[in-house]
Amino acid sequence: MAAVGETFTKKLFSFYIPLFFFTILMLFPFYWMFITSIKPNRELYNVKSLPFWVFNPTLEHWKYLFKNTLFTRWALNTLFISIVSTAISLISGIMAGYALSRLRFKGASALGIAIFITYLVPPTLLFIPLAEVVHNFNLLDTPWALILTYPTFLIPFCTWLLSGYFKTIPKELEECARIDGATRLQAMIWIILPLATPGILSAGMFAFTLSWNEFIYALVFLSSPTQKTIPVGVVSELIKGDVFFWGSLMAGALFGSIPVALIYSFFVEHYVTGLTGAVKG
Amino acid sequence: MKPNVKSVENQVEQVSDYADSKLTSMEYVGLAVKEIEEKKRDKLKSGYLERENILAYILVAPAVIILVLFIAYPFVLGVWLSLTDKTVGHEGSFVGLQNFRNILKSQIFLQTVQNTFVYTGVATVLKLVFGLALALVLNRQFKFKRLVRASMLLPWIIPTVLSTLAWLWMFDATFSVFNWILVHLGILKRGLVWLGDPHLAMVSVIIVNAWRGIPFFAISLLAGLQTIPPDLYEAADMDGAGSFAKFWHITLPMLMPVLLVVLIFSVIVTFADFQVVYVLTRGGPSNSTHLFATLAYQVALASGRLGEGAAISLFMFPFLLLVIIVQLWYIRREQ
Amino acid sequence: MANVILEKLTKKFDDVIAVNAIDLEIKDKEFVVLVGPSGCGKSTTLRMVAGLEEITEGNIYIGGRLVNDVAPKDRNIAMVFQNYALYPHMTVYKNMAFGLKLRKFPKSEIDERVRRAAKILGIEQLLDRKPKQLSGGQRQRVAVGRAIVRDPEVFLFDEPLSNLDAKLRVAMRGELVKLHHRLETTMIYVTHDQVEAMTMGDRIVIMKDGLIQQVGAPLEVYDHPSNIFVAGFIGSPPMNFFRGTLVPEKDHLFIDMKSFKLKVPDERKKRYERYIRKEVVFGMRPEDIIDSTPEGRSGEWDKTTAVVDVLEPLGAEVMLELSKGEHSFTARVDPHTNSRVHQEITVYFNMGKMHLFDAETEKVI
Repeated sequence: MAAVGETFTKKLFSFYIPLFFFTILMLFPFYWMFITSIKPNRELYNVKSLPFWVFNPTLEHWKYLFKNTLFTRWALNTLFISIVSTAISLISGIMAGYALSRLRFKGASALGIAIFITYLVPPTLLFIPLAEVVHNFNLLDTPWALILTYPTFLIPFCTWLLSGYFKTIPKELEECARIDGATRLQAMIWIILPLATPGILSAGMFAFTLSWNEFIYALVFLSSPTQKTIPVGVVSELIKGDVFFWGSLMAGALFGSIPVALIYSFFVEHYVTGLTGAVKG
Repeated sequence: MKPNVKSVENQVEQVSDYADSKLTSMEYVGLAVKEIEEKKRDKLKSGYLERENILAYILVAPAVIILVLFIAYPFVLGVWLSLTDKTVGHEGSFVGLQNFRNILKSQIFLQTVQNTFVYTGVATVLKLVFGLALALVLNRQFKFKRLVRASMLLPWIIPTVLSTLAWLWMFDATFSVFNWILVHLGILKRGLVWLGDPHLAMVSVIIVNAWRGIPFFAISLLAGLQTIPPDLYEAADMDGAGSFAKFWHITLPMLMPVLLVVLIFSVIVTFADFQVVYVLTRGGPSNSTHLFATLAYQVALASGRLGEGAAISLFMFPFLLLVIIVQLWYIRREQ
Repeated sequence: MANVILEKLTKKFDDVIAVNAIDLEIKDKEFVVLVGPSGCGKSTTLRMVAGLEEITEGNIYIGGRLVNDVAPKDRNIAMVFQNYALYPHMTVYKNMAFGLKLRKFPKSEIDERVRRAAKILGIEQLLDRKPKQLSGGQRQRVAVGRAIVRDPEVFLFDEPLSNLDAKLRVAMRGELVKLHHRLETTMIYVTHDQVEAMTMGDRIVIMKDGLIQQVGAPLEVYDHPSNIFVAGFIGSPPMNFFRGTLVPEKDHLFIDMKSFKLKVPDERKKRYERYIRKEVVFGMRPEDIIDSTPEGRSGEWDKTTAVVDVLEPLGAEVMLELSKGEHSFTARVDPHTNSRVHQEITVYFNMGKMHLFDAETEKVI
């Protein structure tokens, strides 16, 4: 929408200055994390020193993080929990989303609404009774406490996104496959799923990110330091009382953000297509 | 017309076909028996998975089981808990609405209700305004557009508690970078105690929540902007509309559907927020930033009063239900 | 090779009856076209034959076998869809091989069959392409090819030509008819286009509101429509209808349409006797109305005057839109006509080709 005859001054105020402002606003905290994580303590805790620059970069905070804390353990825990809960949610979501979008059965619309409502239920509404449930199943302080509860917000999300995506795939493709000799399940697996790959990828990506980022269930259901996930470990184990190791904290925060940032940078296009969803040709 | 000859021929053929197909009654019986057998076999061969409704129930079963076990059941359990005086390590007994009565009398709770509405209201307005502005900026053509768009998403996608930790450091009483800037620009003599003052603490948590939510608004609204057909703007140009008129009469009305969905979604998430406040202030100073979720956490897990904590959480329910009903009503109307 | 029998076939969607207890027998090797306006139940009928819709009531037999509860994959049928339904993620070759693969045909036979079908349809050079890279006509051919490789007992076509442009549609029409002659397989073809129905079908089945209106060879239906709906639906431009009353005068019968009267041929007197002084609908096709004297033409003619409202020269013929009193009607006349717009002219009705319908039941008399 670059209108004809737009002057530079106008563009400066309507575009360049706002863009600059937003870039600083959105990205400065990440710069801050990074610069803090490589600053030696004498620069970090010196009010006189210019805070925006590092004069003697050091890796001591990173070394401390990986050697003297359980950070590596937390990273592996988070990875394991995220992958398994994403897999469970994605499979259940594909199945339920397919049924809701393609099959006629009694109670379909009621189930659709119910799933949509659970999608809107925030985890903070139920974490106290859920802790009781997890306790009753003897799962407290195990990865399974999270692997089984994360799907409560991941499944509704995956189901919702995927049923919308399946609806964009012409019904005739699978009808044709069924006439060609496929059972309903074969038609779903050989025809619909390959075509829904972009949708499945973005649902999986979202689910993984949401599990990776989850905080309150992990905070409540896990207690031993070795069981924790990155968000909980960094917040509760790296901050001891009033003593803050800001360098290592920021290194941990940065490192804990890298996987999700990487996923997004690879799939940012899928993210958009997954939400709009379209099959052509 | 050509088909005439052909169809006459065909009819003759059909008549003879028909004569051939006359069967004796014995043959009919034989056919009927064969038919029944085939029907049985076909049913078996097709299997239950070919029956639309049976397959559907099998497919939704895993999702339903998990949701019933970990959403519906905990919800019922939560309601039950809120009616007991259960504490950690002590089986509670039924106390009726006592928890709710106690909570409503508590000064901290009333403060929390006020905090939550202020937090939700102000943060949502900020997210809306800045998110829309960012969407409009990102909708222009410029170099490195994709890179910029992708990087603007970062605050929303990375773990909230981790980015909030960076803000905690930026709000640090002694080493706050904001204070450094304000003092060095000569705006302030001495740095602010961002998280130590009740009002400033509320401002701080709102800023961080808005910062995290702006990209979500921006990206969703950007997707909405891109569905507006450009010829609408061209038509408005012809009609002599200025930038503001175009925004007001075309952009905003066309964005309305997506705007409402984003708004409702954001209100729910903000209303039930936990992480930002937990990391920055834990509800302090003097309860000035407690939200429902942080208060419930503190009562139930720090103090161990599970029944009362569950009751506090449940206070969120009527408001959330209202928002969900509005949302469902809106979706219905759109359809 | 098989016949298809529909017996009291019914489909209800909740309370809406889409197909209402229809009976139809389609002979082996026959090309039958189901035609009707949208919502008439023709597609639903076809989908029930395919097994894609469950049957509410009634029976379907394919090749003598009751298939009500048989899954589509086990019915040995093939179907070509309106949007072709080519699998976008597979090449043309894989699209065509898919059904054979599922049926566990040996590789060599799959290859042979795919290549043979591709040759028949002239798409051999497209086998390695994806559907996205094909034109509309090519996709259409691939869809047909995918149907014929399996050598099914019955072919089903669901408006397969309606996504093509007009020229291609005419060409494909001819090719499908040729294909039918070559394969000699039962084909059921659904369309809303009466021209397709007329030119392609051995028999056509005209449907409306879930009911069969008439079944017959194309010309039989054209010449002897059984009711006003069929008469108006088949033929383009449609038949002209005039409301009138049957009146006896002297020894003859006339149709009185207020502003003019036409004489019924005497040999039809007996047939129409019961309707004397009753309200009827008189029908006449545009080509049976001319604007020059019918001298030298056979048949019984009568005439009236009418004003030319619109004159449409179409090259090979001229369409006249005429009005007389409260009636307006169309005539298809010689391209070298002398008639001009706004002129009052004499028009001649070929009364030997007249149609008469009961004004109430709309059935032919």
